[in-house]
Amino acid sequence: MSAILDSVNSMIDMKRFLSGGAVIQPIWVFVVAITIFFSVMSDHFLSLGNLTNILVQTSTIGLIALGMTYVMINGNIDLSVGATLGLAASLSVGLQDYGITVAVLAAIASGVVLGAMNGLIVWKTGVNAFIVTLGAMIGVRGLIFVYTEEQSFYASNFAFSDFGISTIGPIPVLAIIFLLCALLMHLVLKKTVHGRNTFAVGGNPEAALDAGIRIGRNMMVNFIIVGFFAALAGVFLATQMGASTPNLGRDYELWAITAVVLGGTKLTGGFGSITGTMGGVLAIGVLRNGMNMMQVPAFYVLVILGVILISVLIIDQKINVNSSKGVQV
Amino acid sequence: MNTSDVTHISEESAQVTTPILSLVNITKKFPGVIALNKISFDVRAGEVHALLGENGAGKSTLMKVLAGKHTPDGGQILLNGKSMVFATPKQAKRSGIVLIHQEQSLVPEMSVAENIFLGSLPRKSANRVDWVTLHHESQKILDSLNCSFSAMDIVSDLSIAKKQMVEIARALVVTPKVLVFDEPTASLTDHEKPVLYKMIDTLREQGVGIVYISHRMDEIFHLSQRISVLRDGEYNGTVNTADTNEDEVTKLMIGRSLELDHASKPTDFGDNMLELRGLTVDGVFKDVSFSVRKGEIVGMYGLVGAGRSEVAETIFGLRKPSRGEILLDGKVARLRSSHDAVVQGIALVPEDRKDQGLILGMNCRDNMTLAGLGSVSSNGFMNTGAEKNVYDKYQQAMKIKTPGWRQKVGNLSGGNQQKIVIGKWLHTHPKLLILDEPTRGIDVGSKAEIHALIKDLARTGYAVLVISSEMPEVMGVSNCIIAMYDGQVTANFAGGAVSEDTLVQAITGQYVKDSDAPAGLDDQPAA
Repeated sequence: MSAILDSVNSMIDMKRFLSGGAVIQPIWVFVVAITIFFSVMSDHFLSLGNLTNILVQTSTIGLIALGMTYVMINGNIDLSVGATLGLAASLSVGLQDYGITVAVLAAIASGVVLGAMNGLIVWKTGVNAFIVTLGAMIGVRGLIFVYTEEQSFYASNFAFSDFGISTIGPIPVLAIIFLLCALLMHLVLKKTVHGRNTFAVGGNPEAALDAGIRIGRNMMVNFIIVGFFAALAGVFLATQMGASTPNLGRDYELWAITAVVLGGTKLTGGFGSITGTMGGVLAIGVLRNGMNMMQVPAFYVLVILGVILISVLIIDQKINVNSSKGVQV
Repeated sequence: MNTSDVTHISEESAQVTTPILSLVNITKKFPGVIALNKISFDVRAGEVHALLGENGAGKSTLMKVLAGKHTPDGGQILLNGKSMVFATPKQAKRSGIVLIHQEQSLVPEMSVAENIFLGSLPRKSANRVDWVTLHHESQKILDSLNCSFSAMDIVSDLSIAKKQMVEIARALVVTPKVLVFDEPTASLTDHEKPVLYKMIDTLREQGVGIVYISHRMDEIFHLSQRISVLRDGEYNGTVNTADTNEDEVTKLMIGRSLELDHASKPTDFGDNMLELRGLTVDGVFKDVSFSVRKGEIVGMYGLVGAGRSEVAETIFGLRKPSRGEILLDGKVARLRSSHDAVVQGIALVPEDRKDQGLILGMNCRDNMTLAGLGSVSSNGFMNTGAEKNVYDKYQQAMKIKTPGWRQKVGNLSGGNQQKIVIGKWLHTHPKLLILDEPTRGIDVGSKAEIHALIKDLARTGYAVLVISSEMPEVMGVSNCIIAMYDGQVTANFAGGAVSEDTLVQAITGQYVKDSDAPAGLDDQPAA
């Protein structure tokens, strides 16, 4: 084990040396490593078709993870995103009698409203976001069953499901939208006042308050953002399937959080990045797709993913401890 | 401070005692830095040996070597003449070297006795805790230190000073040969310190060698027999306390003498910038009335818990007043949040810069611009070039020492951290600057610089309110001193014309404001 850790350490050091000080996120080293591994192990892995396929497959979790990154940098968490996704998917299919536009807008609006409610409760009551969104997760799932009466819905309008499989050139539209969203979220986080405040609130809420930052409002905006992306992910999933089921999106909150944490965002807040999250999303996507190609049985895939998640975090912690040593005098 | 003590100390130091602990050529290297370069000094049994140095001089590293947290790269530690090698803090403790931490490490919900024996609770058969022995032994230790509280008390009910004593009592479980105090008075008020001093005296008389690290000159001259000075990881000499003075020690410490602190106080005042009229927060403070003029420094002095910080928080919009008015620039101000306060030109440098003032994981530049992002952004987008300019401006103006703007503020020394907090507020161009304990835990060099900075700011027209628990600081910088006791303003001394004794009386509730009050009060509104 220690030999593995040492070799990873030296790899990071070499990377840091080659790039002249700019730190390469460990998760991207991991993504490159597994991509090479699967390319060697499977003939079909490294093709444009499969790679864009991975992007579409991961876009659902990926969109949620983009918003979750903001919420987690804020020092909060949102466990209700899976349920929000399910509700939005059901609405976007179930309301198609009123036209696709109305259905999709209603679905997105549901996510925004649920996010705003989570944010408002966390802001005004000060109750921990974990508890608030845990309650929302259970309650919203209940709402889905109330609305759908436990039925699956099928899209009557083919334009809806056609959109899910449409492409621009060789690239699926959903993948393009996902990448554009990621770029936008990266820029907002890095370049805007809102992004800076998001880091400040998570890094030290008291200091942020003392600097006159409206921390409650900042948190609420981020909950709205994650709600929006969860709903968008729900619409994406529904267009891909041309249908929705009441159980859609279960465990998705956990996958999104996994991706964000793999990407180096701290659960305690104040630190994280969209580039890291994208690495985390791709790591999960590549592993799932690659193991599938190698015909690893589905249950083993979960076991391996769990082991890898914990291992990566152990290595990450080891690296962080090493890099923080020595500088202190 | 006290003449009888000085003679007492010089008699002590005249006696020649054998060293109980000797450090010989201790060297410690970290990648890229030599943190300690051949440090040698010794501690005698029954002496208080002060260790002085600016932040970053290597005091903490040296103490960590001594306590077994770091292994030295060279040199020897001799305890009673025997060479010792400590691989772990536990070994050092067992040999009789105990470090009393700056940060308190007590379990607040447990009793004093449980805290004293934490990790080594006396046991009966079947691993049950032997409560009788526990309380008996703990009480014995507390009695030997003349503590006024019981071993059965719950730690969270104790004052900070008493908690510190529990920390010391804990060190006495193994009979220590050498006790190391790292800034023990950092969180104590002037009122509580004598209790600690007395305890240290008791320990010294019992023959314990005491290493005492502090930034506070008055303490060091009051307590110690000898002073050793570190500078930039090098040993810079040991002097007998009785044969030296503050200037000489300061020179040893920072390599130059301090002229800055003698900078004159501002003299030109404008109109009232801040005026409080009967400000009250029920249960916290009541009927607080005073004013701060443009260009004036008003000092607020009192014990911890007297309500000083709470008054500041109320002015800053963090607390809702029950009654009374806050006037800014002559107009009644509506302050419902810290955001309102910042927008209306109020700045607060908080008491605890690490917990309230800075985002430690963020870099210097980002911390500097945090309170005024509006002026370095357009339409919500950051202008990093403008941000860099702001950082450069204040970094140069205040001579902040950093390796660069990318440095995380958590890695800076206390003085430089505090300058970043002050810079953050100057960037917002406030009308009123409130500083709560501006130099707590900061070394003398930086302290003088910050005092000079405060005076400079007032001279350029800022209205400044300084809250402090340190009498020399309040008296040194303020044009006007407001004394608070138990949530009320007990006195208002204009012109700084007040004796130390009167000030102490005012903050302990013994001074009654009457016709004896110094002249110059007429510009203060009657409460």
